[in-house]
Amino acid sequence: IGGDIDLLVAGENAQPAAEAAASIAGVRKVIHADNAAYAHQLAENVSKLVVELAEGYTHILAPGTTTGKNLAPRVAALLGVNQLSDIIAVEAADTFKRPIYAGNAIATVKSADAVKVITVRGTAFDAAEASGGSATVEACDSVHQHADVSFVGEELAKSDRPELTAASVVISGGRGMGNGENFDMLNKVADKLGAAVGASRAAVDAGFVPNDMQVGQTGKMVAPELYIAVGISGAIQHLAGMKDSKIIVAINKDEEAPIFQVADYGLVADLFEAVPELESRL
Amino acid sequence: MKVLVPVKRVIDYNVKVRVKSDGSGVDLNNVKMAINPFDEIAIEEAVRLKEAGTASEVVVVSIGPKQSQEVLRTALAVGADRAIHLETDDELEPLAVAKCLKQVVADEQPELVICGKQAIDDDSNQTGQMLAALLGWPQGTFASEVAPEAGVVKVTREIDGGLETVQLNLPAVVTSDLRLNEPRYASLPNIMKAKKKPLEAKAVAELGLDVSPRLKAVNYAPPAARQGGIKVESVG
Ligand SMILES: Cc1cc2nc3c(=O)[nH]c(=O)nc-3n(C[C@@H](O)[C@H](O)[C@H](O)COP(=O)(O)OP(=O)(O)OC[C@H]3O[C@@H](n4cnc5c(N)ncnc54)[C@H](O)[C@@H]3O)c2cc1C
Ligand SMILES: Cc1cc2nc3c(=O)[nH]c(=O)nc-3n(C[C@H](O)[C@H](O)[C@H](O)COP(=O)(O)OP(=O)(O)OC[C@H]3O[C@@H](n4cnc5c(N)ncnc54)[C@H](O)[C@@H]3O)c2cc1C
Repeated sequence: IGGDIDLLVAGENAQPAAEAAASIAGVRKVIHADNAAYAHQLAENVSKLVVELAEGYTHILAPGTTTGKNLAPRVAALLGVNQLSDIIAVEAADTFKRPIYAGNAIATVKSADAVKVITVRGTAFDAAEASGGSATVEACDSVHQHADVSFVGEELAKSDRPELTAASVVISGGRGMGNGENFDMLNKVADKLGAAVGASRAAVDAGFVPNDMQVGQTGKMVAPELYIAVGISGAIQHLAGMKDSKIIVAINKDEEAPIFQVADYGLVADLFEAVPELESRL
Repeated sequence: MKVLVPVKRVIDYNVKVRVKSDGSGVDLNNVKMAINPFDEIAIEEAVRLKEAGTASEVVVVSIGPKQSQEVLRTALAVGADRAIHLETDDELEPLAVAKCLKQVVADEQPELVICGKQAIDDDSNQTGQMLAALLGWPQGTFASEVAPEAGVVKVTREIDGGLETVQLNLPAVVTSDLRLNEPRYASLPNIMKAKKKPLEAKAVAELGLDVSPRLKAVNYAPPAARQGGIKVESVG
């Protein structure tokens, strides 16, 4: 996009994050707002902070994560501008590409708003260098606490495996896995490959695995070097979340399964034989 | 408690869309249209709140062309009480939709608005958040559980790392995620009954709001095609 880049770090006890942000290459300034009101990234509070700081900026960007998607539209509406969701390319400072219809069409859109509020699809861009920068860190004392919202609790998935959207290898299971215990077969392969484990919606809905593992139009977008789909049919909503992977491998017993139309390597086989064999050969 | 559910008429989720060869848009001629799947879930949740005695009335609203009335009738057939159609032939952007909905909220005074988390055509995932911002209301987005109690609603949200629960004072905006519930089908007698339920229609132009577009679509293109690969014989 061009221009100076400032980062906002809003949180509670977020000093280490602010320091890490200051050493990212290319950053001019880090604004660090530390308060209990920002501890859980409640959109009601953080949006007010962003709007207060927005003056003078032409672009406000957030990641296309659940946090970014919760926050950015609220910021945009308070600024009276539209928002651009999940951009995958910057054509010019006011023109961006974004997928619509579950990625079945790519729209190039030009925004006439004075401030562009944008969420960015992480897998579509290379990450900035984490070191090499020496930005100043500026403390911001503003506190915005919406009276009508409070954080109750969270249940976060704990895993030693890499995060789905950042992993270079992802192995996902679908309804064909049959049950949650069978995902252990995928976990074993994942541990050998340093991979993250994902799932189709059908596998999540059936209760095999938790919701944060869902890949697809309404789950997570992944684009690893290698994506292995096991017992997944390849519905358009699933493909929307993984078809930008470099190499796709599919294991499915139905040779007509649509997943084979996007797979670089397809194996028509029973997963209960193929997966253990794959694991033993790694 | 009165519940308002905005519903959008979109392409059926089973249809694989095609970009027009001149790049001017997406070919929607003779394509099957339906209610946005997330909005079906939102209606179901509202109807269940009514069946549980928590909600007093379920009002559905759709903004769009004449045919949007079809999705409103569907919503009435699964249990909504009353429908409002704001008619326009323009494609409104999320901020414009949120402005129209704010007006409906001012007229109807619901205590809870349940939107879908995203519409499966434009995939924006914005309208509910924008409406909450314009109203100054709290928001519970991507809900997998909605539990209202006196004056408040507890919302369990599907977030990237797992689940999060927030408590919102009413009035509030909630957006539905896929696992909130399993929507019912409309039975034939209920479809017949829905034809007699009240549906009020107004033109968006009458609202006197600025709904002009801020985004201009320069071009539409199909995604880069993937070549089908090879089938291998074995793992080895
Ligand atoms: C091919 C294409 C071309 C387009 N061209 C233009 C254009 O030229 N100009 C332009 O201004 N816009 C254009 N749009 C955008 C417009 O049609 C979007 O659908 C609109 O911005 C809403 O975004 P969304 O449906 O993704 O909202 P989301 O924020 O994803 O919707 C979330 C929820 O909000 C509610 N909601 C959204 N819309 C409505 C509605 N109409 N009635 C009732 N409830 C609703 C529903 O509960 C829905 O589940 C285009 C879209 C597409 C797909
Ligand atoms: C609005 C909306 C949003 C959606 N969003 C998403 C999303 O984000 N992500 C998503 O994934 N889905 C999403 N879906 C659901 C999607 O449409 C499909 O229903 C889902 O992806 C199917 O999951 P599946 O491939 O695991 O199951 P199925 O389609 O049932 O496929 C199971 C496959 O396993 C194979 N199989 C069975 N047993 C074996 C065996 N022993 N060995 C080998 N193969 C076997 C079968 O041949 C079959 O192909 C969405 C749907 C809607 C309506």
